[in-house]
Amino acid sequence: MLYLAEVTVKLKAGMLDPEGTTIKRALEHLGYHPNSVRSAKEYLIELEAESADKAREQIDQMCQKLIANPIIHDYIIDLREIE
Amino acid sequence: MSIAIVQFGGSNCDLDVLHVLKAVVDADANLVWYKDADLSDYDAVIIPGGFSYGDYLRSGAIASRTPIMDSVRKMAEDGKPILGICNGFQILTEAGLLEGALTTNRYPKFRCEWTYLKVENTDTPFTSNFRKGQIVRIPIAHKDGNYFIDDTRLANLEDNGQVVFRYVDENGNATEEANPNGSRNNIAGISNFQGNVVGLMPHPERASEEILGSADGLAMFKSMVEHIS
Repeated sequence: MLYLAEVTVKLKAGMLDPEGTTIKRALEHLGYHPNSVRSAKEYLIELEAESADKAREQIDQMCQKLIANPIIHDYIIDLREIE
Repeated sequence: MSIAIVQFGGSNCDLDVLHVLKAVVDADANLVWYKDADLSDYDAVIIPGGFSYGDYLRSGAIASRTPIMDSVRKMAEDGKPILGICNGFQILTEAGLLEGALTTNRYPKFRCEWTYLKVENTDTPFTSNFRKGQIVRIPIAHKDGNYFIDDTRLANLEDNGQVVFRYVDENGNATEEANPNGSRNNIAGISNFQGNVVGLMPHPERASEEILGSADGLAMFKSMVEHIS
């Protein structure tokens, strides 16, 4: 089966996010006033696996070993089967 | 005794470190390309600064997963001296050889300037030639130098004496203004628990000859060479 994982990596809650803060300030220059802006990165990973569970397990390992840094990041995996 | 200077794609302070070791300290040092994964002939390793792999993913993240890091890890376990400067510090934290993480500066700009550091620990192979509490002048050049670690681990680092360098003002006070990047407790450099692995954001190789404006960084390289001689 072919799966697509959309992995979102963001700084843990409470951690300083200078990129988000800078974007918020720029939005304010444009006349918008959001309460907060937090930055995040998304990675799209396509992989073959026997089942959704196996695919998710692999993606989770990838996140822990490389894609996220567990000291500073939380991550969310959104997985779906594709043609 | 021989020192390896590891080069990754995007390392750019490698030749500066080589120059200091060979021309100033008169030590035996070689550049080692990261694909030459065997470091068994070397007594010490320096991972120099730069922008390995374009800082893709996170600063140091890609370099820290290359096979040569297994050799560096083995040397660390054997108690050999390992030094990471700037991007090298980022690589050592990403590799898990040093605790914590280096995140984007509190004010997210690239800061290239002189800083004052207080030498907090002189019991490492890289700091024995300093006096404890000595204030030294060494420059920084980074955007991702904001040292982060959680409260519990921070307390452990402090209690164990693993904080090696701290950003201070010229009078030696670790003030908010003297902290160029938002690092917790003004931390500029740390060691592992054993003390043989040290990482710092400032560039001692850029302050190792008076003509450069300061020779305060030279003591790091001299300490290292003495240690392995």
